[in-house]
Amino acid sequence: MKRPFEEIVAEHGSTVLRVCRAVLARPDADDAWSETFLAALRAYPDLADGANIEAWLVTIAHHKAIDILRAERRRAAPVADVAETRSATDVSETSDDGLWAALRSLPTKQRQAVAYHHVAGMPYAEVAALVGGSTDAARRAAHEGIRALRRRYRNSQYITPQKDSRS
Amino acid sequence: MINSNDPVLDPIIADDAETMNRLRDQLVAAAEAYRLLDVAYRTVDSPVGTLLVAATDQGLVRVAYEREDHDHVLQGLSELISPRILRAPRRLDQAARQLAEYFAGERRDFVLPLDFRLARGFRRAVLAHLVLINYGRTETYAEVAAATGHARAVRAVGTACATNPIPVVVPCHRVLRSDGKLGGYIGGLEAKATLLSLEAGRSTGDTLSR
Repeated sequence: MKRPFEEIVAEHGSTVLRVCRAVLARPDADDAWSETFLAALRAYPDLADGANIEAWLVTIAHHKAIDILRAERRRAAPVADVAETRSATDVSETSDDGLWAALRSLPTKQRQAVAYHHVAGMPYAEVAALVGGSTDAARRAAHEGIRALRRRYRNSQYITPQKDSRS
Repeated sequence: MINSNDPVLDPIIADDAETMNRLRDQLVAAAEAYRLLDVAYRTVDSPVGTLLVAATDQGLVRVAYEREDHDHVLQGLSELISPRILRAPRRLDQAARQLAEYFAGERRDFVLPLDFRLARGFRRAVLAHLVLINYGRTETYAEVAAATGHARAVRAVGTACATNPIPVVVPCHRVLRSDGKLGGYIGGLEAKATLLSLEAGRSTGDTLSR
C-alpha cells in the first residue's frame, strides 16, 4: 500500500527544505534537498510499509548535508570567488535570513538537534539515533540551541517575549 | 506534522512555495534523466470534465475520468505499476495536445505510444480491436465479440470496455448495444453521448438534452 511519491513530496517537501536550510546555506541547502528526494525516489519502492517517512527523509537529508559540508571543506581552500557566487543566489532570501544564519552558526550538535527536533518534528530519541549520543544529550543540545537563538533575537521583531511554555 | 514548538523559529517555518515549486520541477527533470520516473501524470481539461492522463516510459497507460476519483486512480497505479509517480506534465505534452485537438474536432486519430499493461488476456484483445474502429463509426458489443473470435463472449466484451484503462484514446465509447442503446461507459453515459456527437459532427448540445 505505497502512496504515489508525488504525495510524499507534497507532504514532506517543505519540512525537509527547512531542515536543509537549518544546516546549510542557501544554494547548498537546495542541492541537499534535490539529492535527498532523488535518493528517496530511488529507494522508495523498497521502503518498508508503515515506515515513518518524514524521519526517513530527514535521515537521508542529514547524510546528504554531511556529504556537502565535507566536500565544501575540501574545496574551501583558496578559491576566491565562492563568496561572490553565494551572494548572487542569496538575493531571494528574505528578512528571516539572519535567523537562518544564526541557526547555522550554532555548534553542530545544537544546530542538528534544533533542526531535527524543532523544525522537522523528530522525537529526541530519533534525533539521538541520528546524530549520536543519548536522548538526554539531544534534548539538552536542542534547549541550548534554542536559548542561544533567543538570546540573539531578544530585541528582534521575531521574538514573542518569554513564551517558553513547552518542553 | 510540523512541530514548530518554539516561537523563535516561526519566521523560518513560513512556507517558501516558490522555492518548493522550483525544486519540485528540478526533481522531475532529474528523475527523468536517471530513469526513476516510472509513472508521469497530469490533468487535462475537456468537455467531459477533467481527465487524468498517465504514462510510463512505454506510453500512455491510463486516462481517468473525474468520477473514477483521480487520487484513487493514482493509488491504484502506485500499487499496480510503481509508486515512483510524479506529476510531470512534460512527458504528457503530446497526449495533452492530441486530446485538445480531438475535443476541438480537429483530430480523428491519436498517434501516441500506448502501454496496455493494465489489461490482460481477453480484455487486452478487445482493446486491440477497439483501436481499429474508426472515428465516427460504431460497432455493437456482439460485433466486437465476433471480431475477437469469441462470438459468444458479448458480456466479456462489455466488461473489457467497462474496465478500459485508456478511455477516449482507446475508443470504447464507439461500442453500442445491438438495440442501438448506449450501453455503459466508464465516464458515464453523458460523456459517451458527448463523444459520439462530437464524432458525428454535431454540437454536443444535441444529445446532451437529458
